[in-house]
Amino acid sequence: MIAVGLAALSAAAAFVLAAFRENLVFFFTPTQVEAKQVPQGRAFRIGGMVVPGSVKRRADGVTVQLLVTDTAKDVPVVYRGILPDLFKEGKGVVTQGKLGDDGVFYASEVLAKHDENYMPPAAADAIKQAQSINEKATHTLVGGGK
Amino acid sequence: MIPELGQLALALALCLAIAQTLLGIAGAARGQAVWMAATRPVARGQFVFVAIAFLCLTASFVNNDFTVAYVASNSNSALPLHYRIAGVWGGHEGSMLLWVLMLSVWTFGVTLFSRHLPLEMVARVLGVMGLVSLGFLLFILFTSNPFLRVFPSPADGRDLNPLLQDPGMVMHPPMLYMGYVGFSIAFSFAVAALLSGRLDAAWARWSRPWTTAAWCFLTIGIALGSGWAYYELGWGGWWFWDPVENASFMPWLTGTALIHSLAVTEKRGAFRSWTVLLAIVVFALSLLGTFLVRSGVLTSVHAFATDPTRGIFILALLALVIGGSLLLYVWRAPKVGLGGGFEPLSRESMLLANNVIFASAAGSVLLGTLYPLALDASGLGKISVGPPYFETVFVPLMAPALFLMGVGPLARWKKASLPDLASRLRWAAAAAVLAALALPFAMGRWGALVALGLLLAAWVAASGFVQLYEKVRNAASGASAWTRLSSVPRATYGMLLAHFGVAVFVVGVTLVKAYESEKDVRMEPGDTVEVGGYTFRFDGVRDVTGPNYVAGRGHIAVTRNGSFVTTLYPEKRIYRVQNQPMTEAAIDTGLTRDLYVSLGDSVSNTAWVVRVHHKPFVDWIWGGCLLMALGGALAASDRRYRLAARRPREQYAAAAEMT
Repeated sequence: MIAVGLAALSAAAAFVLAAFRENLVFFFTPTQVEAKQVPQGRAFRIGGMVVPGSVKRRADGVTVQLLVTDTAKDVPVVYRGILPDLFKEGKGVVTQGKLGDDGVFYASEVLAKHDENYMPPAAADAIKQAQSINEKATHTLVGGGK
Repeated sequence: MIPELGQLALALALCLAIAQTLLGIAGAARGQAVWMAATRPVARGQFVFVAIAFLCLTASFVNNDFTVAYVASNSNSALPLHYRIAGVWGGHEGSMLLWVLMLSVWTFGVTLFSRHLPLEMVARVLGVMGLVSLGFLLFILFTSNPFLRVFPSPADGRDLNPLLQDPGMVMHPPMLYMGYVGFSIAFSFAVAALLSGRLDAAWARWSRPWTTAAWCFLTIGIALGSGWAYYELGWGGWWFWDPVENASFMPWLTGTALIHSLAVTEKRGAFRSWTVLLAIVVFALSLLGTFLVRSGVLTSVHAFATDPTRGIFILALLALVIGGSLLLYVWRAPKVGLGGGFEPLSRESMLLANNVIFASAAGSVLLGTLYPLALDASGLGKISVGPPYFETVFVPLMAPALFLMGVGPLARWKKASLPDLASRLRWAAAAAVLAALALPFAMGRWGALVALGLLLAAWVAASGFVQLYEKVRNAASGASAWTRLSSVPRATYGMLLAHFGVAVFVVGVTLVKAYESEKDVRMEPGDTVEVGGYTFRFDGVRDVTGPNYVAGRGHIAVTRNGSFVTTLYPEKRIYRVQNQPMTEAAIDTGLTRDLYVSLGDSVSNTAWVVRVHHKPFVDWIWGGCLLMALGGALAASDRRYRLAARRPREQYAAAAEMT
């Protein structure tokens, strides 16, 4: 009786963990996308800032293209659908989707939280990461110049 | 003046909470009857002072007292009165006060409806509840005081978050908190039982109505939150597996398991230590849920670092309550004993399976919610776990649970017989198979998952009718139908209704998932789009003005086969104070379908992007939740729990003699 129960429980646990591993969505920065450090054919998230002036609507009026940047690199994103209320140029954004062979990120979801001052933490992180890399680079340059 | 009064009342409530804890726990430990007798009036006094504090904060909101920092950041003079009142729990500080108010309401309830309980038990239960209240009052007074003044005070407030300016959101937090906090009673009963070392059928009987009542509130609270997300967020989704939702779902799943294991403990004396552990876990998850949502840890784990006092206090309180009660459990549970045995095929074994399934489900939600947070907090990278994970996990976990729901209530305690069950359930099985084969064709398209969902829903519903039929048939033969029906206990009707609610819920989820359709289109005035057999004609957008917002209101005429159905008015609002845009969807609700329209962006002077949904049977989801909650309320109000006054006391005395 107890053995059957434990077997059922461990089967359930194994199944849950397998489903978990299968469906994890990883987060990458535009710099990592540019450097091809991202999975092919699998959905992932990118975050950063919407480049001001980059948001354009295609002729059908529903498909939107835009650039997401971490201040170091830009990634072109295409999304079909209604953008969230707080989506704005120059603000933080996180999108989920797949990277196409053409280097364009085809988003299935665009997230921008419902708060004026809120920057999705993932987006803020991406920018911080890129900036600290830039800083390091500058330091190296300055240091090398001495 | 009023805020200071509120603060004073809160401080006095704190003193009474200390007294309640000491009198209750120490009094019971030392056998001091006078101390124990004092816990009831002290607990009532605490309720009075917390209520005064809450009313003071409400008065500050109603009077637009922007010298109070919390009012200034969560209200505005242009805000309508009902939303000013709802603003009391629109932010962190007020939510915590609401939490404590709910706790003192439940405590007050325990002092009223505990006359048939032994004094020692009441004292211990109230003592533990006092300890929980003490922790929260300290937290409010030292880290989240809603009565703090701000100087210089602003001329007007920053307004309530527009998302919260909605009737559903007014009721959602109080209901949810009533649920969370209500589980503190089951928790206190469990801790009291561990302290006294006595845990018997009477204990389970006392805990049951309270647990079921708390579960009802939580069910309603979750349903309101889901309904709010459906019509307010403008996406047409009703459940997002968002950490905020998961935080309330975990106590619900474990709470459901607790209701069922309490039944076994009461009727058969089995599962005792497991029931106690569950009661602790349910409340621990309720605390976790409160803090996950309210501490800001979800928006950013680094929010903890910016305000370390709150974070550390929260972690300490969690560690104390959860760790302390689990230690107590490890120390005392071996004394509790295991209770009666049972065969592999019996009602007990099926309820055990129910508990294993619900605990696994709660575990999988916990994993999906906390693992990304833990990874982020330890700087190992960012991941997210979305709906695909939860959907993959929940369908195979819940399918056997639904199957057992049809069998369990008909199985005998201790030992059931398979041929007997099979013959009693043959008509239910036939009805379920018929529904699974035929109904999807009526909807237009047959699919394996739809068939499975309908099979299980029909199975649960049909088995419910078999159960009712057998109960009535077995009741006093020869009596009139009405006497027979009324001889079935209210708790049984409650269970039947709640299980029927599950069937309704499953139908809703299955059909909306399989047959919903949506379109995002660019529309000029006069353009039409067809979705789900309905034609939507866009007649342009006109400007309207609300009390604290301006909006563009779309006019969309809906027809079907040429005949007029309705006109929908979706809005795109800009709330003036925070300059925040908000999508207000327009929904035509029906028994078999919702028509749902929301406005996207304006793409030219006259053209808009419009999202149109056709959602078959979506309202059955919330209807099912409502039936579950009603069933729970019916079961909790069974007179057996009130009229069995003398019997438990005798049993309790007998149990006391034995130990």
